[in-house]
Amino acid sequence: MSSLILTSVVFLPLLGSLFVIISGGDSKSIWRSAFIFSLVPLGVSIYLVAVFDPAQSAYQFVEQYQWIPQFGISYHLGVDGISLFLVLLTTLLISISLWYSAGGDIEERAREFCFFVLLLETGLIGALLSLDLFLFYLFWELMLFPMYFLIGIWGHGNKIYAAIKFVLFTMFGSALMLVAIVYLAIAARDHFGSLTFDLPALIQVPLTVTESRWLFAAFALGFAIKVPMWPVHTWLPDAHTEAPTAGSVILAGIMLKMGTYGFLRFAIPLFPDVAVEVTPIFMALAVIGILYGAMVALVQADLKRLVAYSSVSHLGFVILGMFALNTQGVEGSIYQMLNHGLSTPALFLIVGMLYLRRHTHEISEFGGLWSRVPIMAALFMFAMLSSIGLPGLNGFIGEFLIMLGAFLHTWQAVAFAAFGTVLGALYLLYAYERVMWGELSNDKNKLMPDLDLREILSIVPLMALMLFMGFYPKPLLSRMEPSVNALLTRIHNPVARVESRSARRLATASPLPAKDRADQRGLCDCIFWAGQGVSKAEVCAGEEVAPITVNEAKDPAALPLSPFASGAAGGGVRS
Amino acid sequence: MTKFDLLAINFSWLSILPLMAISAAAIAVLLVGVRVDDEESEGLGWLSLAGIAVTFVLTLLMRGQHDLTFSGALALDDYTVYFALAILVTAAIVILLSLDYVPETGMVGAEYYSLILFATLGMLLMAAAGDLIIIFLGLETMSLAIYVLAGFARRDPKSGEAAMKYFILGAFSTGFLLYGIALLYGATGSIKLDAISRALSSPMSSPLLLMGIGMLLIGFGFKVAAVPFHMWTPDAYEGAPTSITAFMAVGVKIAAFAAFLRVFTGHLGGVRAEWNWVLWTLAALTMTAGNLIALVQTNIKRLLAYSAIAHAGYILVGMAAGNAASGAAVMYYLLAYALTNLGAFGVVIALGRKGVPHDLIEDYRGLSTRHPMLAAAMALFLFSLVGVPPLAGFVGKFYIFSAALNAGLVWLVVIAAINTVIAAYYYISVIVAMYMLEGAPAEDFTLNRRPALVAAIAIALIGTVLVGAFPQPYMSAAQTAFSSVLSSPPPTQVSSR
Repeated sequence: MSSLILTSVVFLPLLGSLFVIISGGDSKSIWRSAFIFSLVPLGVSIYLVAVFDPAQSAYQFVEQYQWIPQFGISYHLGVDGISLFLVLLTTLLISISLWYSAGGDIEERAREFCFFVLLLETGLIGALLSLDLFLFYLFWELMLFPMYFLIGIWGHGNKIYAAIKFVLFTMFGSALMLVAIVYLAIAARDHFGSLTFDLPALIQVPLTVTESRWLFAAFALGFAIKVPMWPVHTWLPDAHTEAPTAGSVILAGIMLKMGTYGFLRFAIPLFPDVAVEVTPIFMALAVIGILYGAMVALVQADLKRLVAYSSVSHLGFVILGMFALNTQGVEGSIYQMLNHGLSTPALFLIVGMLYLRRHTHEISEFGGLWSRVPIMAALFMFAMLSSIGLPGLNGFIGEFLIMLGAFLHTWQAVAFAAFGTVLGALYLLYAYERVMWGELSNDKNKLMPDLDLREILSIVPLMALMLFMGFYPKPLLSRMEPSVNALLTRIHNPVARVESRSARRLATASPLPAKDRADQRGLCDCIFWAGQGVSKAEVCAGEEVAPITVNEAKDPAALPLSPFASGAAGGGVRS
Repeated sequence: MTKFDLLAINFSWLSILPLMAISAAAIAVLLVGVRVDDEESEGLGWLSLAGIAVTFVLTLLMRGQHDLTFSGALALDDYTVYFALAILVTAAIVILLSLDYVPETGMVGAEYYSLILFATLGMLLMAAAGDLIIIFLGLETMSLAIYVLAGFARRDPKSGEAAMKYFILGAFSTGFLLYGIALLYGATGSIKLDAISRALSSPMSSPLLLMGIGMLLIGFGFKVAAVPFHMWTPDAYEGAPTSITAFMAVGVKIAAFAAFLRVFTGHLGGVRAEWNWVLWTLAALTMTAGNLIALVQTNIKRLLAYSAIAHAGYILVGMAAGNAASGAAVMYYLLAYALTNLGAFGVVIALGRKGVPHDLIEDYRGLSTRHPMLAAAMALFLFSLVGVPPLAGFVGKFYIFSAALNAGLVWLVVIAAINTVIAAYYYISVIVAMYMLEGAPAEDFTLNRRPALVAAIAIALIGTVLVGAFPQPYMSAAQTAFSSVLSSPPPTQVSSR
């Protein structure tokens, strides 16, 4: 099925951004045209969801054209159940951001603002749809700099510090990721005979254990910074607090998901053995993130910072579910990405509305607003309950699936993570109480106007989706499931990979650094982990019978690994 | 034998037509300049441009040949053509940048333009060199012209300082180069690159050879401003007239790398093990030191000087890899580097006025509101220097990194990748000034709205985007060009010894 539907959803925003920057007109017409330009990709992505075939696990609407054939780089787009709804979320949140910002939140340099937001949308969607690692990296960097301008130009307070910190943190991760991507392409050259950056091809590339561990580490660092996972989260509170409302909405709603999406799309499928191997580490980091984020959020005096830290906590859940590496966990984590993409933007919008009225985020400046601004209080309550995970709203489904998945894998992790949900309820309710309930404590709030229609309309679509996803998750889950299962089958079924790995060792005189004997050992461990059916002792006994040195060419069949690999097939998929 | 050699010299006038054309243009500019007022030097600039255009066309005609002429002194191959074209484009953009800058700063047009053309001649010779003496000859022709140009703003003491420093250290380094050539001759029995690579095809490791290679490395290291031979760069770049700074940062570097790459990767490949690790170290030192020192600069010309040092480091990563792919990567990188830096220096020139150079980063504050197009152009150039896809600077880095990874230099590439992040900080600080800080502290200045300057910046900008987004043709050109160095031409063409 070849059509231009994915290209159009990626590049229509770019077209819009160019139109906005070169067209004349006053700020009103700029806002209008930018908003309309953001509605088109939204429409296309709704159409995409409608025509998406829920039974398929493969990529759909694939487009592939050669771009730099010398390097095996192609323009390769495709969508599957993992990226589908994130695309929809992106287009929706961009439209909402523009709609909201037009109402007075952004008054200066509207033209450039719209330009950067639309450019950012191209980067975000492009990164979600790329199936070529070079192309992905291009979009990955493309989304960094518009956001940098959004924070640095239209932010508040210490905005330049926050913007630079954001860029440097993210670039640090992505620079090493670039090295890993190129390394991977060269490994592919040794395997296939020609360079390629194509994801489906790279997945087939056999790597030694040392290689795949390092490469995974490079990818994981890049993605973990973006998520952000504890302990590389420190850029997030600054960036969020100083960003303009639209920036926070996009940052929290979509950009953080790029990190978790990157794990699911690239890091885990490319290095499944390592992913299985590092599961305990990532689960531990996720749990620390959940608890740490929640506890720090609890003591924040700044409402926006509080919401920012809640993101650290919520994304800890996403990582926890993902690294359970079972259907429930992974689906739950994707679902939770979407939930967080609805509830946190809603919270940031509310915080932004408060800021617009009082020019402060300090919780102590508010109190008893309920009587003055009942509509805002109600919407705030709704968003907050969704974020807490009240049954009947979206957050509950995601957290439940994640806990279920994680429980099946390591119940201890859930035992700790569950406190995160309690703390989550605590910090949000406590903040809500101090802002909304009680007597009107600050005279400056006496004349605070309630929400206008534009503001209400910017939150209502999010609320509707929260309700929908809370009551009827099936249409979403059913579209995710085939892709998720295909991914999991690959992870837990190492047979094919191990055999081709041995073949590569023999077939190529690799220019890559010499591997040591320890690799063999690691490989044994890996099979042990993945296969479950074979004990480590058995596998490593095999090594003693017929030790291999890397440089020696041997018949593939004589390798001690193959018999155990086929034995390991019995391990199968965890359920 | 000597007699026979003289008679047997085979040469074709055609092969040196470009060199003759540019020399003729230089002399013509000098002669015409006698009758032209200093104030009206613009015509001379256009005359020089015409000369460059003719040379460009003549060079294009040389494509696809593979020959050594003048008894192997000049190499007529795609490699020569590639670098000659890059050098000519650089010279043309520099002249476009100078058209308004020269009268504005009160410099003498005739000598200025003819010296640029003579320097270009030297660069072309370096790119075309088939033996070490021609490299030396080209280097001197280029350097002497540039020494004078660096001190061309006579009334500015900084300019004098720049020229003096550049001259003394440059002369010093040329000594090293010459000594290296002599030692290499002693070790291999020839100054012809061809013969040297044949002599080295069987492994040899004599102290003479090693010292010769070491001396050559020092000589080239000075010219490409590799750490620790970079001391002259910041002062020379800061003091020289900005258009000349651009020429030094781009033209000199391209020419020096053209010779460097041809000699080392191309012809000393047989003893790669002897010099590989030196380049590895130089590359790591150069990019790290360049980037770290750049972090604290407040003057944009000094910042770009240190950035140029750092970029020499990235290029050295490619040199250290020392294989065919890395040669092509270095060539592509130089092209990307040239376009990006010329554009950036163009913006620096655009903001300057006579006596008020406006070359502090502070002067860029609020530029985006006063001159949005100029600020956007500068931002793009800076992003290309950072290495943001899909701009040329990114693809260049990508190409070099992949070549180096291919050669197994994983750690060097990791160092380079971390360096790009360090570098991002100071490039971005300029963007912060342009976009996120309010108005310039001093008086507001008006933009030089001269068409030639705008054209130069626009050419550089379009180049930066196009070479980055559609790199295929340039990559292929670089690959074909570099393969012509690796394969020696038919033996009949080489004079027998």
